[in-house]
Amino acid sequence: MLSAKNVAITFNAGTPIETRALRGLSLEIPAGQFVTVIGSNGAGKSTFLNAVSGDISIDSGTIAIDGRDVTREPVWTRAERVARVFQDPMAGTCEDLTIEENLALATCRGKRRGFGRSVKPAMRELFRERVAVLGLGLENRLTDRIGLLSGGQRQAVSLLMAALQPSRILLLDEHTAALDPRTAQFVLDLTARIVAESKLTTMMVTHSMRQALDVGDRTVMLHQGKVVLDVSGEERKGLDVPDLLQMFERVRGEKLSDDALLLG
Amino acid sequence: MSIYSLWGALEIGLIFGLVALGVLISFRILRFPDLTVDGSFPLGGATAATLISVGVDPFLSTLVATFAGALAGALTGWLHVRLKIMDLLASILMMIALYSINLRIMGAPNIPLIMEPTVFTVLQPSSLQDFVFRPLMLLVLVIVVKLALDWYFSTEIGLAMRATGSNPRMARSQGVATGNRILAGMAISNALCALAGALFAQSQGGADISMGIGTIVIGLAAVIVGESIMPSRRLVIATVAVIVGAVLYRLFIALALNADFIGLKAQDLNLVTAVLVTIALVIPLLKQRLRGKGGR
Repeated sequence: MLSAKNVAITFNAGTPIETRALRGLSLEIPAGQFVTVIGSNGAGKSTFLNAVSGDISIDSGTIAIDGRDVTREPVWTRAERVARVFQDPMAGTCEDLTIEENLALATCRGKRRGFGRSVKPAMRELFRERVAVLGLGLENRLTDRIGLLSGGQRQAVSLLMAALQPSRILLLDEHTAALDPRTAQFVLDLTARIVAESKLTTMMVTHSMRQALDVGDRTVMLHQGKVVLDVSGEERKGLDVPDLLQMFERVRGEKLSDDALLLG
Repeated sequence: MSIYSLWGALEIGLIFGLVALGVLISFRILRFPDLTVDGSFPLGGATAATLISVGVDPFLSTLVATFAGALAGALTGWLHVRLKIMDLLASILMMIALYSINLRIMGAPNIPLIMEPTVFTVLQPSSLQDFVFRPLMLLVLVIVVKLALDWYFSTEIGLAMRATGSNPRMARSQGVATGNRILAGMAISNALCALAGALFAQSQGGADISMGIGTIVIGLAAVIVGESIMPSRRLVIATVAVIVGAVLYRLFIALALNADFIGLKAQDLNLVTAVLVTIALVIPLLKQRLRGKGGR
């Protein structure tokens, strides 16, 4: 469960290229909900995701995960509660390590690392089982370097890694954007399956309005660093992409007229 | 080349095998361009020689020297991780600081160890000649260190260190405190270099303030030569490769300097090193070109 209150982030404050990426964004995600986040370029989607993971520290506001205030915590202590899949398939895995070593690394997320063997025989069995589910034949390649895999395969492994240990929130940052359409669909289906199986609280940023409506239970639209649209339940079921586009235009139009008023 | 100089080359080669293992950790595993080595190698030598010359047990002296190196490495890591100084610059700062520190430790530009006991003389059996015994003892030590490193990097914490070097952002998102792993890795790396320095001083009859010059180049040369003759991504092979690289490198040097017809003298050592490293760096490129032509 995630609770973000009045989160504000300004990049390059006090310089001519000052950007107010988040302007008092608030969002509550109850346990078990799958939220999709959309918005145009620069709306603050990725910035918000990075603020939740701890990659970017916020200027004001608070972020709590499952009741614990993590606002001042670094990425590696939040990792106990946060699982993540990056947009870049190369970013979520260590290319120099083998498939099983990558999975072993994820097995230790949120635990103290000691001097025990990183890949134990019992783990190897579990990895084989999990990887076999992908249907990519990777179960026989556990000792291959992950750098030898394609982007789609690596992204699929990243997803498995995110689900190996329990998390309070799963962050997906346009994780299908860098893949070809068929692979993207495969990874998306896999996402839906894993999220449903483990009843994960999930926040997925996406560029595709279609995807945002097809997956998950709730859709949130960001614009200029704030939540401008929040639909779920019956209201969301009836929505189609054109409706969403129309809503988006209306929101943008209002903003414009606001600015026009200010300037006038 | 005499049999005596062959054993001598093997001896120094194995000592630099330890430096090569240290450089493998900093440059290859952590991807931290660390020049501290040029200071931590003589730091080990200076510490061990000074302690032995005032009557401290040679094994204890060597151990203290190794810890001194670990401290130096951790400090370089700290400059980078906590004070956000660029990695290369942090290591250069540490290197020049160590120059003064080493002079302070020794109280003189050099400390000879002629009659004093060393780790070699204490263990020396009467049945073996000393120039044969030293390389054999070093061989055992280097193998033990190699196995210890292989074990370390197969543990959870060792895997976390490898991930830190390979993809720090991903490592953090998996809960790895990357700053601490860099500190630990730099400490281990420079501890090995200081250990090598301590053994070098004991095998070569003393420590000298200039003994560290070019250590990093020799260490890198060993890593590069090792990687080009035994290319593998597997760590257990890489740790053998760099040791073999260090020994081969010393043999090349001994050959080059001993072959009278080439006309090279001891003062040409660093030039020969530079040429050898250049050749080792170019070989993979040439191989690629040749393969490319063969395919067409």
